[in-house]
Amino acid sequence: MTDQTEFAIGARRDWMGLLARAPDDTLMTLWDGIETRPSFDWLRRPEIGSVMVRGRTGGTGAPFNLGEMTVTRCSVVLQDGTVGHGYVQGRLKPKAEAAALIDAMMQTGAADEVQARLLDPLQQHMQAVKSTRAAKAAATKVEFFTLVRGED
Amino acid sequence: MAAQTQFSGGLENAPVDAAHAFRAAMTVMARPGDIRVLSGSEPPAPLSVAAGTLLLTLCDPETRVHLAGGIDTAAIRNWLTFHTGAPLVSAAKADFAVGTWDALGPLNAYRIGTPEYPDRSATLIVECDRLEQSGAILSGPGIKKTARLSLPGIPALQGNAMLYPLGCDFFFTCGNRVAALPRSTQITSEA
Repeated sequence: MTDQTEFAIGARRDWMGLLARAPDDTLMTLWDGIETRPSFDWLRRPEIGSVMVRGRTGGTGAPFNLGEMTVTRCSVVLQDGTVGHGYVQGRLKPKAEAAALIDAMMQTGAADEVQARLLDPLQQHMQAVKSTRAAKAAATKVEFFTLVRGED
Repeated sequence: MAAQTQFSGGLENAPVDAAHAFRAAMTVMARPGDIRVLSGSEPPAPLSVAAGTLLLTLCDPETRVHLAGGIDTAAIRNWLTFHTGAPLVSAAKADFAVGTWDALGPLNAYRIGTPEYPDRSATLIVECDRLEQSGAILSGPGIKKTARLSLPGIPALQGNAMLYPLGCDFFFTCGNRVAALPRSTQITSEA
């Protein structure tokens, strides 16, 4: 039971993080492709605020404040009582609404469809953008090495 | 509206509703004995509408809240945390405490501030069965001659007023109505 819960939290953390980082236009385009949307009520209407992003040097050092970023958040409840939260970067309120609805739908029977038609393509797109950028950066990498050490 | 869920019942339009509620809270605190209507939220039972709206208006992650007695239910804890992010603490550390007069217990459990910082004191939100302009006689700042308010535990409140400029401040809530009693008000029990 504990393992299941931890698995569920881990999985939810993954898709929440994916939605939070997703580019505006990609997410909204994919979201427009989902026809069956559940009806919902607001728990918290979309609101814009800022959060302090903290980092750790090398991922293990002492935490430091990296800087503030703008986030938009909202919470929805579906007719069956499932609660979904949306926290996304930027100021786009429809995106926060989409993220909250996706979070709620991922906890219902629609999870497989949403995963296949929205989250997987989104992840592939973001991975592709990241790889392209990394490849471009790698092409400009300069390797320094010494031909002759000149010890003589 | 779907079935009542653990988080529902927040302010519909938070900036505007909270501003109206804050105005009402300021007014009753400035004019002890006045009773105003305070609505906008639908908190889980047994929290009253006025007390719930006050909490949503006044609390944020930096105000420590104490839930006393029957108010301290899982539903209310979750609701308050979702909407305000306020940390829940014991009576001795609280900035705000909510409960019935009996549940809140003796007032010496709460912070009364220090001479340098009299504002570092607790504000108590007292849930009342009745709230009307009768009973104890009030006088002091914000009151033209005298005002009347149905207060619970008059001796304890008189003791609190004697601590001035230290002491606690009080909101009294009943349904969707609210009244207040700052520490500066002198209280005379009905002759």
